[in-house]
Amino acid sequence: MDDSSAAVAIAGLQVKRGKALVLPHLDLQVPRGEVVGLLGPSGCGKSTLMRSIVGTQIISAGEITVLGEPAGSVGLRHRVGYMTQEASIYDDITVKTNLSYFAKILGASPSQVPDIIERTDLGSVADSMARDLSGGQRSRLSLGIALLRNPELLVLDEPTVGLDPVLRVSLWELFTDLAAGGVTLLVSSHVMDEATRCGRLILMREGRIIASDTPADLLERTGTSTAENAFLALIQGTDEAKLPPAGKHRATGATA
Amino acid sequence: MKLSRILATAARVLNQVRHDHRTLALLLLVPALLVGLVAWIFTDTPVFARIGPAMIALFPFIVMFLVTSIATLRERRSGTLERLLSLPMGKADFILGYALAFGLLAIVQTGIAVGFAVWVAGLEVSGNVGLLFMVAIADALLGTALGLLASAFAHSEFQVVQFMPALVFPQILLGGIFLPREQLPAVLEAIGDVLPLSHAIDALTAVANGDTDAGYIWVRIGFIAAWIFGAIIIGSLTLRRRTP
Repeated sequence: MDDSSAAVAIAGLQVKRGKALVLPHLDLQVPRGEVVGLLGPSGCGKSTLMRSIVGTQIISAGEITVLGEPAGSVGLRHRVGYMTQEASIYDDITVKTNLSYFAKILGASPSQVPDIIERTDLGSVADSMARDLSGGQRSRLSLGIALLRNPELLVLDEPTVGLDPVLRVSLWELFTDLAAGGVTLLVSSHVMDEATRCGRLILMREGRIIASDTPADLLERTGTSTAENAFLALIQGTDEAKLPPAGKHRATGATA
Repeated sequence: MKLSRILATAARVLNQVRHDHRTLALLLLVPALLVGLVAWIFTDTPVFARIGPAMIALFPFIVMFLVTSIATLRERRSGTLERLLSLPMGKADFILGYALAFGLLAIVQTGIAVGFAVWVAGLEVSGNVGLLFMVAIADALLGTALGLLASAFAHSEFQVVQFMPALVFPQILLGGIFLPREQLPAVLEAIGDVLPLSHAIDALTAVANGDTDAGYIWVRIGFIAAWIFGAIIIGSLTLRRRTP
């Protein structure tokens, strides 16, 4: 896969924060039109990697090409949708006004607003102030804003945190639909069991990518049956039998 | 820079303020009430006639400084600024949107303050009331511009509030309200002469006394405008698309 066909191509990315090396040296290729899961414990550098791809992170070395252009280029600003981990919304205006405002900034059609309200299941709170939303509704509004003007690449930082299982399933269906329409999605999560829904998995730990593969190949290669155990097997280089029982990371309400 | 984005941002900011009734009431009524309080304190003395115009300069400036610096700090901290700057949003669009929204609020605020000072507190304005408005609005925009700048150097609401005494109080002390500037020690007079609030106070006093021509006032407004322009330029340089 060469740089022009990849949605994201990263070579030698290095990010420092203060004296700490958050990302020491990272290479990555994200193919187009797939849901790519970025998994790893909190603090492993997922958000930093995502900010680097969107172009809001100061990087100290490396090259990042996004949809054929350098990350952060003017031409990419309406082609990449970005959802931060904390919902970046205005608390003191309504759900609808939030979407309308960002639609104007993006130059998206105003008719997209009701459509997105429906897709993110916010119809019942469309006229509520954003500050009155629950955590899950806030993150869906933030996701809705990222969907405006149909971006070709969606970078979503923990979009399913705190959602009930029914909503999580419906969001993953939305992601799959978008990918079927040619959109590339990079979705981070620290909930390992979301891994099976991705077309490709990137496992991260301490600023490094320890695996980038399809879920099936990953499980086969590590001889494990869940992403969580595959993750542990990759770290410890041991077989599944010696591993402690998984479960801690499965709590859907856990936050990063 | 695009007009539609500036207007959308100004409308959004006004929408936020509109939903916050308490802030709106404080913003619009407090300056007028404080001007009234000063007038009451100096009942039966000639003092209010002298410092009344300066009060009109002071309150819109301080209130706009605080409101703008905290509003933009919230944008920086809530992630909305980062989101906007990752979109096709110009830095100038953002700042001019804020300036437009708070400029409009300043016009209403000043209208109420001037009206209260003239018709309730009995401030005599011999000069052109239109010019009085012009100066007061320039003054409120100055507060907005310096507030934008201050928010860039503050990491928390605690810090941004501390910028008020640091950036605003010296201008009040050296502006000629307590002691006419020509009576200050030479160094302080020289500093006072370049601070923008001094010129706002001079201009408003001149309008109230009606003893100078419009040219004198316009020079003062021009001086304040130069400060506004400078603060906006420096403030926009502090908006970074990439952050650590």
